[in-house]
Formats: sequence, structure tokens, C-alpha cells
Amino acid sequence: MSEPLLSVRNLSVDFHTARGTVHAVKNVSWSISRGETLAILGESGSGKSVSANAVMNLLDIPPAEIVSGEIFYDGKDLLKVDYETHRALNGKKIAMIFQDPLGHLNPVYTVGWQIVEMMTAHGRPADMARVRALELISRVGIPEPEKAMGKYPHQFSGGQRQRLMIAMALMLKPDILIADEPTTALDVTIQAEVLSLLKELQAETGMALVLITHDLGVVAEIADRVVVMNKGEIVEAGETREVYHNPRHAYTRKLIDAAPGKGDIKLLDPAAPLLLDAKKLNKTYGNFAALKDVSLTLARGQNLAVVGESGSGKSTLARTLLRLEVADNGEALWKGRDLISMAARELLGVRREIQMVFQDPTQSLNPRMSVYQLIAEGWDIHRLMQDKTKRRAKVIELLEQVGLSPEHVDRYPHQFSGGQRQRIAIARALALEPELIICDEAVSALDVSIQAQVIALLDGLRQRLGISFLFIAHDLGVVRDFADTVIVMKSGEIVERGPTAQIFEAPQHPYTQRLLAANLDPDPDVQAQRRATLTDA
Amino acid sequence: MADISIAKPAAETARGPNLLSMLWRDKLAFVSAVVLLLIVLFAIFGPTFLGDLATKQNLRGRNFPPFSFERGWEFFLGGDSLGRPMLARMIVAAHSTILIAAGTVLSAMIVGAGLGLVAGYMGKTTSQVIMRLADVIMSFPSLLIAVVVLYVLGPSIPNMILVLAITRIPIYLRTTRAEVLEVRERMFVQAATVMGASHARIILRHILPVVAPTLVTIATLDFAFVMLAESSLSFLGIGVQPPDITWGLMVAQGRPYLSTAWWLAFWPGLMIVITALSLNLLSNWMRVALDPAQRWRLEARKTKNV
Amino acid sequence: MTKMIGQRAIASLLSLLGLMVLVFFLSRLTGDPAVLFLPIDATEEMKQQFRALHGLDLPLIEQFARYVWDLLHFDFGESLRKARPAIDVVLEAYAWTLPLALITMGLVITTAIVLGSLAAFNVGGFFDRLVSIVSLVGASAPDFWIAIVAIVVFSIGLGWVPTSGVGTPLHWVLPIAVLFIRPFGLVVQVVRGSMLSALSAPFVKTARAKGVKNLPLIFVHTLRNGMLPVITVIGDQAAALLNGAVIVETIFGFPGVGKLMIDSILQRDFNVVLAAIMVTAVAIFIMNILIDIAYGLLDPRIRH
Repeated sequence: MSEPLLSVRNLSVDFHTARGTVHAVKNVSWSISRGETLAILGESGSGKSVSANAVMNLLDIPPAEIVSGEIFYDGKDLLKVDYETHRALNGKKIAMIFQDPLGHLNPVYTVGWQIVEMMTAHGRPADMARVRALELISRVGIPEPEKAMGKYPHQFSGGQRQRLMIAMALMLKPDILIADEPTTALDVTIQAEVLSLLKELQAETGMALVLITHDLGVVAEIADRVVVMNKGEIVEAGETREVYHNPRHAYTRKLIDAAPGKGDIKLLDPAAPLLLDAKKLNKTYGNFAALKDVSLTLARGQNLAVVGESGSGKSTLARTLLRLEVADNGEALWKGRDLISMAARELLGVRREIQMVFQDPTQSLNPRMSVYQLIAEGWDIHRLMQDKTKRRAKVIELLEQVGLSPEHVDRYPHQFSGGQRQRIAIARALALEPELIICDEAVSALDVSIQAQVIALLDGLRQRLGISFLFIAHDLGVVRDFADTVIVMKSGEIVERGPTAQIFEAPQHPYTQRLLAANLDPDPDVQAQRRATLTDA
Repeated sequence: MADISIAKPAAETARGPNLLSMLWRDKLAFVSAVVLLLIVLFAIFGPTFLGDLATKQNLRGRNFPPFSFERGWEFFLGGDSLGRPMLARMIVAAHSTILIAAGTVLSAMIVGAGLGLVAGYMGKTTSQVIMRLADVIMSFPSLLIAVVVLYVLGPSIPNMILVLAITRIPIYLRTTRAEVLEVRERMFVQAATVMGASHARIILRHILPVVAPTLVTIATLDFAFVMLAESSLSFLGIGVQPPDITWGLMVAQGRPYLSTAWWLAFWPGLMIVITALSLNLLSNWMRVALDPAQRWRLEARKTKNV
Repeated sequence: MTKMIGQRAIASLLSLLGLMVLVFFLSRLTGDPAVLFLPIDATEEMKQQFRALHGLDLPLIEQFARYVWDLLHFDFGESLRKARPAIDVVLEAYAWTLPLALITMGLVITTAIVLGSLAAFNVGGFFDRLVSIVSLVGASAPDFWIAIVAIVVFSIGLGWVPTSGVGTPLHWVLPIAVLFIRPFGLVVQVVRGSMLSALSAPFVKTARAKGVKNLPLIFVHTLRNGMLPVITVIGDQAAALLNGAVIVETIFGFPGVGKLMIDSILQRDFNVVLAAIMVTAVAIFIMNILIDIAYGLLDPRIRH
């Protein structure tokens, strides 16, 4: 291998927070050569973005402090050069794109202005920049580049915004492109397109690509080499295939094992009695049809998954079944009684039987209530557990059931990690002894290793307590591990339904096939094989 | 940095930190709180203990210059045009000043927040009616309306509270409504709905506690505003009437003596500034301290002034 | 946009009507102008004559009906005090208030935006603390007191500027300076807070990664985003100034609309009070439209 283009050596960064000093990264070293793709893999809190931010001089100092280390680019230590020299490199030699392109594009300027600015900020004339911008916007696959230049970020879709970010980053033909979780906020089919675009552009320009991600699938798809980070340290580094097949560090092994989509597929008990029978549900918002004639059945103890991309209507379906939205027409029979037309009094009784776990526990738990208050609230509403002396013991029992400990009982939600918070939300749902729990993307905000634990927890509850689950998700791997029956939705309609094994092994509808093809496998060999078949076809 | 989550605080008490110790850590806010406490004590006990002293005329002490103990401590800040000690008068004046401001803020907050909760939570028509009403009040030139109303009703402390409170209601109403509109869409309110919670429960248990700190913070700030408005009215001669005194009235009474005895108008004005400044500082502190998600900023040993 | 302006116009018209009714009847309750305008020893007959001349002897409802009828013909009635059309008196006063308000607001906006933005960029630093303290003190000080202190120091003590009246540019210095302080304190705090949150927005990170220099980063990328909450506050403050700075105008003997209104209320010159309030309402309406347009210009998401 030739001399590396960029190398980070023994970088240590501390964050001085109000709670004390956090060692964000410790002795991190990595390097990258021209034309190469390096993935930095880690979960939240692993410090995976810190070194890239140090390369770009994006760390806020203070609270951050660079304790030691060097970042060599073009013979210079970027940690020692003055502000102006570093600024002149940013965007010109090393460019960066981010997760959430909506937030990272300036909402009040046109995308054309922002893309052109990449060159004018480095002293190039505006007319030349405009020509280059038009060329790149059309290269990244945005229709009508002239028109697109005059539009604002909110007028594009998520995938298009990320394409525009990429176009902006490539304006000055940088040597290195750093992509921080570039596809995390995107639907799987869009993710596949953006990743292949990145690869094509890399092949054309020969730039080096540093990809920061939490997703093993993304690493498998795109990276030549990978460094695995945990708690601020690099625990393992090497060729992607080698690391996947022969992980040496326990953490890497845990991460690979936790990747969803490899467990046994569950089977539905055909004798289970019917709980919910929804028929021809419709819901429109103005001209937009969110649900079109959606029907489904759910039996006791069943794990029914509803899969779809954003805008597919899967969340509207959940909200309709919970009467958070009122369906325009159709019925949903819950043990023979129609949820849609039910009177408020009767509904209150059903509310106890159907509980919900939301996507983001940070938002679904009232920040001003303690864990005890959160869990006991349902008892107040439904006048259960009137003997208040027993409540505390019951709350502790519930906490233990979801893997938390008794001393957590008087704490507040912000004192917990994301995974713990979701456990509190589950305990809250269990407190009312429901028969159905609707999970709306209940694990998608969690780290992979936590995700696996929460899935295992939910499955244990199903087995022990006979609870049914309606599981709304976009992540096919998670669905495959958890559900026994799958419904695939697209644009408010159910396009395919069937037992999990059938959906995953013999999908009928082209959309289901496309979804499965776009779903990235953590195994680099599987991904390579898929790419090969795609190119052949 | 989003990547660094400090998920498990190592040593934190289960019930959250004590508000007092957090106040101690922010020195400016602490001093403000002490100053305000002192002023409240003046307001409560001033008239009882110093009432006679403050009204005793002494023609030989007319416009007595400040910074001298010659005539006793009460004349340290000078004497007014009738020879009454400034210091005692200012302490007594705290009573009406604080009474009017507190009465106004409390009544405006209760009415405004109540209407705001209803406007934010209920359907569109109720909300529209309430908001239009607020718009009308907002579009009034409030000082002038106060002048007209007080001119008609006669300047008295209850009337002043009434007039000032009406002009301040929209502030609380709008803030509460805006917050409610946002909070009611939050997931935890939906979670409560899914659990079967009634409207009353959602408003009182879930929405109000989230909105309350904002209201308290605004009320603190508004207290300063109302005090300034009251003193403006008193200055114009249509607010508090003698023998009641407020700081604003004292400034007005001192105005004719500007060139000969500056201290007559200066000290009471300074009291207004100090009180308002303390309220502003305390309100800034509260904005952080009453929010559990931001509270940690104050828990640190070294407070960065952000 | 036109629809929004239309809605606003209707809402403003309604509140203007409400205001007019309220002020009309309340002001009649303040007492009989005849008592104030005629000499103390005027006979009851003279008073009767005076009332008849100005239509004050009619039932209140009829007075109101006449007033509205005249108003529909753009006749605001006569000023009792000056024996001239009330609207002329008001517009004359506005000729003084408007420049005072515009100059003050112009100064407030430019200084507050520049200082507030720089303070936010340099958060926690010396400059930031200085700006924070100055703005807090500014927002806490009653204007009548500042006016008095300023007169003592700069007019009586140093003799740099005249104490009151108008005529030379020097007469404008103190009123503007005093009026400037409170809005400045309030606006700076909002600018700083709003810029602080805007500076931590993700798009600022993008701009830094692009290699944008600091000044354009603050004043081009961030400021336009941070301006939205600021505009609302600027609007409130400007409205207060358009209402006439009653106290400052009174203290400095500045013949603006605030002083005119107070004098007219105290002297029961009802027509002038009503005319002044209506002209002010129109001025505030126009300013609100300008603010809505500014919102639209600043944020394309509102436009679309």
C-alpha cells in the first residue's frame, strides 16, 4: 500500500462536561489511502464521529479538548496548522456529508446557492461554480438541474437532499469525502441507491471515502476496511471480510451476533383464537390517502409485523387501531366489538387491553414524572391496584420483569439510557396487563446490541404472558427475528401478506422483492454476491 | 456532540438536586434571590415598623443631602422636600409597589394560563374566539387605555391591579397556548391518551407541569415589566395617589427638585432598577433550573455562564 | 400572502372598532369638557351653549352615531383645545413621533443584531458577559428615571444638550438615547438567545465543513435563521414606539403623538384622542404587514 493520504495517529479527545470529563476517544489511530473506503463502525456513545470531526476542525473547543495525537494530511499536522489554513482545506481537499440532510442544509437559502457557495467560499468565480453545480446536480440524479438550483431544501425528498449534499461535497473534487451516517435517516431502497451512487462517484474521482456508521450492513456493502470502536477506543481494525468472519475482539463478536435477521423463523399457532379483525379501513388527509382498504386479523399470542417505508401508512394504521385517529370508514372488531365506532366509555375499558410502545422513549415518557409515577399512572386511570401500599412492590416487580432494578423506581427518564427508557415504557405497558401491545418502531431508535435485548425481552413476554404484538417496523432483519406473520405496506395499501418464512424466502410482490434486495446483509460475502447478481441482471 | 451520550450519570441523587444548592452555585442568581427576599421583607414589614418614621415631617431636614449620619441612619440617603427620611420612605414604598405588581402578575397569570390551556387543548372555534380577544387587547395601546380607565374609575390600588392585569393577560395566554399546542402533540401525551387518560388528567398531570416552569419564568420577568408600568402611571400622576407611595411616585415627586436635590428622584429609581434587574437575573436562572433536561448545567461544580 | 394580509386587515379592523367604541364611551365618562374649557365663573348658560356647539348635549348613542357617520366621510371632528381639525393636529404630532421612532428602531436593530450575534458566537467570553450585563440593566431601567438622570447629568451638569423642546438636532439626542435603552436591552437578549440556538444548528456544521469564513458564517448562514424570533420582538417594540413614547415625550417636551394623547385625555379633547388612536392603529397595522412580509422574505418555508 502506498503512503496514506490521511492518517490519524494516537488521537485522544476529552469532553469537559458539567458532570466531569468524558474521554470521548482514546488513542485512536487510522489512516486511509486514495481510492479506498474505510468504515468507522460503532454504536452511539462509541466516539465514532469524534476523530472525523477533529479532522474537519468541527469540535467545539471547549468543551472538547484534544489531549494528544496528530492528524497528518499532505505532510502537515492538521491539529497544529492555523485556523485559516485549516479552513482553506475544508471542503476543498476534505469534504464531509452528514446524516439528516434536511437539518444540515440551510433552510433559508436555495440549494443552488449553497452548492455554488462551496466554490465561491474558496475564491472561485460564481459563474464557473454554477456550471459545475449544474453538472454535478444532474450527475447525482436530480431531474431538471436548472430548476432544482432555485428550490429550497424542504422542497426535496430525503434521498434527493442527500444526493444534493453529495453534489455539494464534490464541487471542488476533494481528495477525501467523510460521510457521517449518510443513509441512516433514509428508507432501505433509497439507502441502497445512495450507497451505490457514492461508490460510482468514488470510482470516477478516485477519492478516499471515510464512512461513519452503526450499521454492519452498510459496512458489508461498501467498505474495504473497517475499524470497530467501542467506548472511545478502537477495539478491532482490518479488512471488512476478515473482521466479519474472524472477529478477534469480544465486542466485535457481540456486535455481529446481535445483527438481526439470523434467528429461527417463528410459526403462527393456527389454533389461537381471534382477537382483532379489521376490515377495509380507510383514512385520508385532504387528498392524501394514508390507508386504502386495509384489512388484517390478529390472533391471541400472534406477532404480526407491518413492514413498509416512510409514507406507507403503517403508523397511521397503528394510530387508527388505537383511536388516536378516526378512520373514515371500515371497522376494527376487537373481541367482536368495533373499535372505530365504540363509545368513549366502552373505549376506556379497551384502552387497558391494548397498550402501545412508541418509537422514541425519550419522548413517550413524561420527563417530569418519576418511573414510579409513570408506571402507576395507568392504575389511577383504570382504578386498579387501589391498595396503594402494594403498588410500589408491583412497580418493582415490573421493573425486574423488564430487566431494570428496584433502585430505579424514583428516578426520572433523563437519568436513563435509551435502551433502559424503552424498558420503562414496556413496563408501563405491562402494568395494565394488556392483551395486545402495539409497537410503533419500538426498537428502531436503539443500538443494535440493545435492539437484540429488547426484542428478546418482548418475545419472552409473549411466551410467558400470551400477549399479542402488532409490530410496526421498517427494519426487515428485526421483523424476521420477531414476527410470525408479516404484512407489507406501500402507499397506504397492503401489497403482500403471509407467514414470515414465505415473505422472506419466496416473496411474490415485486415491491417486497425490491425491499428484500435493498436490505443490507451484515455479511460482506452475501452483499458481494448480491451485487454480482444485480450486475448480471 | 450527539455521539457522546452521558447516559448513566455516576453520582446523582434519586430525587434530583436541591433547588437551593443549585441557586447557591449561580452566584448572580443567588444574589438576586437575596435582594428580592429583602425587598419582600421590606414590603411586608416596612409599613408596620417604619410607617410613622416615613411620614414624620421635619422642616429642618428638608432636602437634607445624603451620605451623612448627622441626623441618624434614616437620613443616610437624604431627606425629601418635607424633611422625611428617604431611606424609611423607600422601604415603606416597597409595600405598594410589590403589592400592585404581585397582584397584577398573579391575576393575569391565573386568568391567562387558564384561558391558554383551554384555547390550546380545545377545538378550533373556542381557540379562535379566545385568540381574537387576546389580539384585540394586544392591539390596544396599553398605557393609554390604562390612563383612560384609571381616569374614569379613579386611581386606586385595586383599580390599578385590574387595569394592568387585563393588559398582561395576553402574554400568559399566548405563551400557554403555544406551549400547549406543542406539548399536546408530544408522544407522552399520546401515550397517556392511549392509556385512557381523561382530558382533565392530561391537562393537569401532563401538560400543566410542562408548561408551568415557562409560566413561572415569564411571570418573574413580567413582574419587572408590571413594576415599570406601574411606576410610569404613578409618574404621570394617574397611578398611586398620596398618602400611598410607590417608588414610581417618589421619582415623580422628586422631579421638581432635580437641579437642587437629585437624590429625591435618584434613589427610588435605583430601587426599581435593582429589583427589575434581580427579577431578570432570577428569571434567566429559572429557565435552566426548572427544566430537568437542562438542570445538570447547574449541578456542575464549575458553572459556565451560558 | 394577499389572503393573509386580507385576514389581518379584517382582524385589525374589528379590533379597531372595538377600541373606538371603548375609547369613545370611556372618554365621555371622564367628565364634562365644558368645565375644563370655559372659565371657572362661566354661567350654566354658557356651558350649555358650549355643549350644544360641540354636540355634547345629545344622548351618548346619538353622539356616537354622528361620530361614526362623520368618520365614514373621513371627518375626525374638531379639536376642542386647538379649534382645528383633530386629524391635522394628530398628523402634525406624527410628523415628530415617526422620525423619532424610526431613528430609534433603526439604531436598536443594527446595534442589537451586531452585538447580540457577536456575543452568541463568543458565548461565555468577556464580550458576551459584557453584552449580557449591559442588556439586562438596560431592560430593567424605567425610562422616566433614565430620562431624569440623563437630564441631571448631561443637561444640568455638563450642559451638553438642551433639557427639553425641539428645534436643533441636539434636542433629539437625549430622547433617542433614552428611548433606545430598553428596546435595545430586550432585543439584544433575544438576538443572543436565538443566535445561540441557530449557531448550534446542523447546517452551521455543514458550513464550517465547507470552509466558510467566520463572518459570513455568522451574518449570512446563521443570522437569517436566527432572525425569525427577533422580528417578533422588534415588532412589539416598534409598536410601542409608534404608540408614542408618552413619558419620554412628556419629560423632554417633545411634541409627539404620545404627549398629544396624554394632554388630550387630561383635557377631555375627545376627538383628538380618538383620531390619534385610529391613526396609530393604522400605523401599527402597516408595520405588522411589513413584518409579515419580512418573515416571508427571510424564510422560504413560510412563503411556500
